[in-house]
Amino acid sequence: MLDASEEGYVTEDGRKIGGVLMEMKNITLRFGGVKAITDISFDIREGEIRAIIGPNGAGKSSMLNVISGFYVPQEGEVWYKGKKRPPMKPYQVAQLGIARTFQNIALFEGMTVLDNVMTGRLNYMKTNLLQQAFWKGSAEKEETANREVVEKVIDFLEIQSIRKTPVARLPYGLKKRVELARALAAEPSLLLLDEPMAGMNVEEKEDMSRFILDVNDEFGTTIALIEHDMGVVMDLSDRVVVMDYGKKIGDGTPSEIRSNQAVIDAYLGVAHD
Amino acid sequence: MAQSSQATGGLASIPALLLRNAAEFGDKPAYREKEFGIWQCWTWKETEQEIRNLALGLINLGVNEGDFVAIIGNNRPHLYWSMVAAQWAGAIPVPLYQDSAAEEMAYVLDHCGARFVIVEDQEQVDKVIEVQDRLHQFEHLIYLDPRGMRKYDHAHLHEYSHVQDQGHAARDEFATELDKRREKLDYDSTCVMLYTSGTTGKPKGVVLSNRNIIESAKSSAEFDHLGPGEEILAYLPMAWVGDFIFSIGQAFWTGFCVNCPESPETVSADLREIGPTYYFAPPRVFETQLTSVMIRMEDAGKLKKRLFDYFMAHAREVGPRILDGKPVGGWDRFKYWLGDLFIYGPLKNTLGFSNVRVGYTAGEAIGPEIFQFYRSLGINLKQLYGQTEASVFITVQPDGEVRADTVGVPAPGVELKIDDTGEVFYRSPGVFEEYYKNPESTASTKDAEGWVATGDAGFIEPDTGHLRIIDRAKDVGKMADGSLFAPKYVENKLKFYPNILEAVVFGNNRDRCMAFINIDLSAVGNWAERNNIAYSSYQELAGHPKVYDMIQNHVEEVNRSIADDEMLSGCQVHRFLILHKELDADDGEMTRTRKVRRRIVEEKFADLIDALYSGKTEQYTETEVTYEDGRKGSIKATLEIRDAKTVPVTTQKVAAE
Repeated sequence: MLDASEEGYVTEDGRKIGGVLMEMKNITLRFGGVKAITDISFDIREGEIRAIIGPNGAGKSSMLNVISGFYVPQEGEVWYKGKKRPPMKPYQVAQLGIARTFQNIALFEGMTVLDNVMTGRLNYMKTNLLQQAFWKGSAEKEETANREVVEKVIDFLEIQSIRKTPVARLPYGLKKRVELARALAAEPSLLLLDEPMAGMNVEEKEDMSRFILDVNDEFGTTIALIEHDMGVVMDLSDRVVVMDYGKKIGDGTPSEIRSNQAVIDAYLGVAHD
Repeated sequence: MAQSSQATGGLASIPALLLRNAAEFGDKPAYREKEFGIWQCWTWKETEQEIRNLALGLINLGVNEGDFVAIIGNNRPHLYWSMVAAQWAGAIPVPLYQDSAAEEMAYVLDHCGARFVIVEDQEQVDKVIEVQDRLHQFEHLIYLDPRGMRKYDHAHLHEYSHVQDQGHAARDEFATELDKRREKLDYDSTCVMLYTSGTTGKPKGVVLSNRNIIESAKSSAEFDHLGPGEEILAYLPMAWVGDFIFSIGQAFWTGFCVNCPESPETVSADLREIGPTYYFAPPRVFETQLTSVMIRMEDAGKLKKRLFDYFMAHAREVGPRILDGKPVGGWDRFKYWLGDLFIYGPLKNTLGFSNVRVGYTAGEAIGPEIFQFYRSLGINLKQLYGQTEASVFITVQPDGEVRADTVGVPAPGVELKIDDTGEVFYRSPGVFEEYYKNPESTASTKDAEGWVATGDAGFIEPDTGHLRIIDRAKDVGKMADGSLFAPKYVENKLKFYPNILEAVVFGNNRDRCMAFINIDLSAVGNWAERNNIAYSSYQELAGHPKVYDMIQNHVEEVNRSIADDEMLSGCQVHRFLILHKELDADDGEMTRTRKVRRRIVEEKFADLIDALYSGKTEQYTETEVTYEDGRKGSIKATLEIRDAKTVPVTTQKVAAE
């Protein structure tokens, strides 16, 4: 186990990771009689790429929904930036600086890429409907400033050529990238990625991996991601939480996880009691 | 004309021209690049400052006079500036193809012994780092885009803007040195070294002097009356001589503005926004554009489609004549004006050609229909014939003498001659100095009097003085009766039909010509769909009798057009077959750049060639194929062989004389 002290740690490739950004304490989530998550605790540190993995139905997406505030756990506490986070509406969580992408793409299909990414700036827009309608003055200034941020994201993710294309006309891999762009436009301090590589071909996966690493490197964004592709997870992440049947069965660096017997059993399939 | 007299007055290098432009057109845009969705602009004054800082920075890093500085990346203003900054510091810029693999880069970097490499981004940095152990002289790597570069070891790695900053900080120390180095540059010093792409053997470094570049830029700019108001879009590889002449040579000579696209994928949108006045594209770009226009018109409403067809027919009739300033009746002019209002104008606008005053195509033969389409819209598209060794220009078409089948008259200052074998030679102020570190190749290409062999066979039309290129000289042969055999000429004519992807014509030392045809699966497949012809494989479609009928029509049309040509009428195709497989680079039948390897095709399909010449009507054959993963298999087929009608030729003796 890494020495994850209060001051943070240094990764295998020499990056400095900061203190605890978010901490999950003894989370239990039930849907009626079904226990989706049982007593799970782990932390996410500033500047790291944290992966949550596990077989199908292990409760990974539920966990991400707890982090994003969409589900409220029956037991346990979520601590964010040193404070206990009360139950919140998703938009309040977004205001805290947490942005996410979805397993099934959730973009506005009829709108252009640019407009979709602009929606990521919603929390930064203060002008009201009337001002927007007249547009001159503060609304114009606000849009220019937000557009600048959006254009930097578009440049970063290399989607200039589809700026004005309606999302419905894009192939799957590009839609995923647009979703990431929208999340990045919010300038989040914590970015949640729900299976960012699902359904992608090898080349698209390589591109996406590079973007995730670059986002982390360039903006210092903390990233929590769920992913099925083990190769990708082991390459990308600094620390990994492994879940199986709603329980945490492993937590550590990729190399520790690779040699963890419980994890191997979960993936190769051993009879459960 | 004031400019040409100045040429002797100290304007003997690109940095000298830069200083003149900064003084004369200081506040005029010199470079634009779209970034963050907005066109960013640098005036000549700002450009001079940027280049000066970089040149100082290069000296600060230790660039010596005579060093080679390699430049790798997409068309970006900063990379163009790198080339001029290198010259200013007394070094020689060597632009490389940005898409070449690390291996190919290693060869060129090692051959020129570049001590400094300036690249665009992480992708190129990685490639250079991969091969750096093999580069003995390599010392410093400068990158433009800092993204993803944070974790790299920066001992020999520098960010572009930092080099500029350090250069600026050290300006007092190096300013005199910088001036001294610039003043030493004259017409004989090397301006740039460009590597030819190397279809045969290893790439060769073509050394071009300031005289070559500036004289070529000057005379070509005068030929087309280019002025400081032109706008061009720089989107073709920086390592290609044409881009160097347009975006550096002519731009610095005339002071016009060079626009760089946002990314390679946005070129068509950027083209529309810029609306260049001077434009260059290889035929393939024009073809793709035309196809996309036609496909979109097929989907347009009935009224629009009818308007389009009506006015395009009219444009084909009178458009080129109006463009050439030939007499056209008042009614026809009125109709053309209407067409321009409804169709041509909007279409040109969509394509980004509204402001094009001079457009060029070169590199390979362009289909006459494609060429005429653009000219009929009122776009002054012309052809030129050139080479890296000539600093581009050998022949160009003057306004009013534009034809699809010639490449024009000798460019200003160029002399042409045709030797006994039909090969074209030229001599001009643009003729290259030498191939770097390769005296044998230099000697075999350029003779003592300065004549350069093009490797192409052609002839000069007696009455117009236009040059016509027939074929690569080494492919040209003689038929059994002594008349000229030029396979490429016939193959190009065949390939102009969208249904024919590839054609190979045989006939060297034979009495008649025969042809293999490859159909274009997308075009013929589309046609089959529209005509309810079912097929399950390429092979089945290729062998379909109706496809054979269609191809036969094409071949016979080509024969009729060849028969009109006195010298080549013997090359009519007497019999042909449609191949059961596509010629493929994996099977060695083509090069990676999709050029047919004649010898290999001849050996591999010897049985089919025999069948063509023995008069059989069909032939069974088995062909080995290589799949993409390297496994081998074989295709068996019985191919039909058809006769094509030829036009009897009576006056055949012209060629033999």
